[in-house]
Amino acid sequence: MSEKRDGLFARAEEVLSVFRRGAEFTQELLKENERLRRAVAEYQTQQLAASDEHAWEKLRCELIGRIQSLEGERDDMLERLRQIEGENRHFAERYLEIEEENNNLASLYVASYQLHSTLDLSEVVQIVVEIVINLVGAEIFAIYILDERTQVLSPVASEGRELGEFLPCALGQGMIGAAVATGETQTGDAAGPDDVERPLVCVPLRVQERPIGAIAIHKLLQQKDGFSALDHELFTLLGGHAATAVFAARLYSQSERKLNTIQGFIDLLTK
Amino acid sequence: MARHRILIVEDSPTMRQLLVFALKRLKDVEIIEAQDGMDGLRKVSSDHFDLALVDINMPVMDGLKLISLIRGEDNLKDMPIIVITTEGAREDRERALALGANEYLTKPIQANKVLRVAQGLLKAE
Repeated sequence: MSEKRDGLFARAEEVLSVFRRGAEFTQELLKENERLRRAVAEYQTQQLAASDEHAWEKLRCELIGRIQSLEGERDDMLERLRQIEGENRHFAERYLEIEEENNNLASLYVASYQLHSTLDLSEVVQIVVEIVINLVGAEIFAIYILDERTQVLSPVASEGRELGEFLPCALGQGMIGAAVATGETQTGDAAGPDDVERPLVCVPLRVQERPIGAIAIHKLLQQKDGFSALDHELFTLLGGHAATAVFAARLYSQSERKLNTIQGFIDLLTK
Repeated sequence: MARHRILIVEDSPTMRQLLVFALKRLKDVEIIEAQDGMDGLRKVSSDHFDLALVDINMPVMDGLKLISLIRGEDNLKDMPIIVITTEGAREDRERALALGANEYLTKPIQANKVLRVAQGLLKAE
């Protein structure tokens, strides 16, 4: 009986030992399982991180591309801005040029209008005087008219000095005579206002090839430094239009005189 | 009715025409011309003007005399006056400004400069 019981105990011990080993093994399996699960989770985390890094790299590339594109746009904008600034400067300069042209044209228009506003010789001469004072800015000058019969240029109006101080001169002689004979504007060496034979500038008045007279400028107003582009335009205008106005006024005066003479004869014959 | 009335007192028809030409670019102005100082005084005494442009060397009455008479009148002492003259010396300028001129421009004038100065005085008024 006792042997049987000892056998049973031994079997029970064996079974218990097996169970204990099974429990230990199970514990080991559980630990291993836990370790493996952690490893899997770690791998998964790493994989996810690897995946985010790729996305970040992609995003970074896109952002760099965008920045480059924006920098390109900014450069284009700056270039366009520079172009617009350049255009603005050009327009501002052009505006000033046009403004100056406008002023010049106004002066030329007024000079031309005034010159052809009368057929009276003394009025024409007075208008030339006004133009030379007010539009050119001369202080001392004289206007000469050519006597076609004697071929002598005589002063008919002056400013800044008495008329008698300006001397007549023969066509082709001296600076004034040469200017009228050649039809070329002569510029002197600024000998000074005292030298009446050597003006600062001498503008010939001619109708086509026909010499009419001259404007001799000896001194400019103190606030005027020199001749401008407008002055040269005015000289050209005076050279032609003042000559035409003087010529027309003389013709008108002659025709009036002849008409009066004829009228006198007719009155004498019909009375 | 024009917004501004401008008087030009100048004996030279050429200068008057050039000044009218320049000032016509101002909007809504009426420009009246006087051919000497006396004519200018008559006009300025009988009508209202917002601005006067006055030459110095004129027959009958010169510009400086006209300016001193204008400044002597209570109702005219604030009217802006621009002197336009051939006299470029500093003492001439100082004399005109001392008499009451607001601006002093020397000939030969530039239309755009006259316009700018006139605009400035009309705005300031």
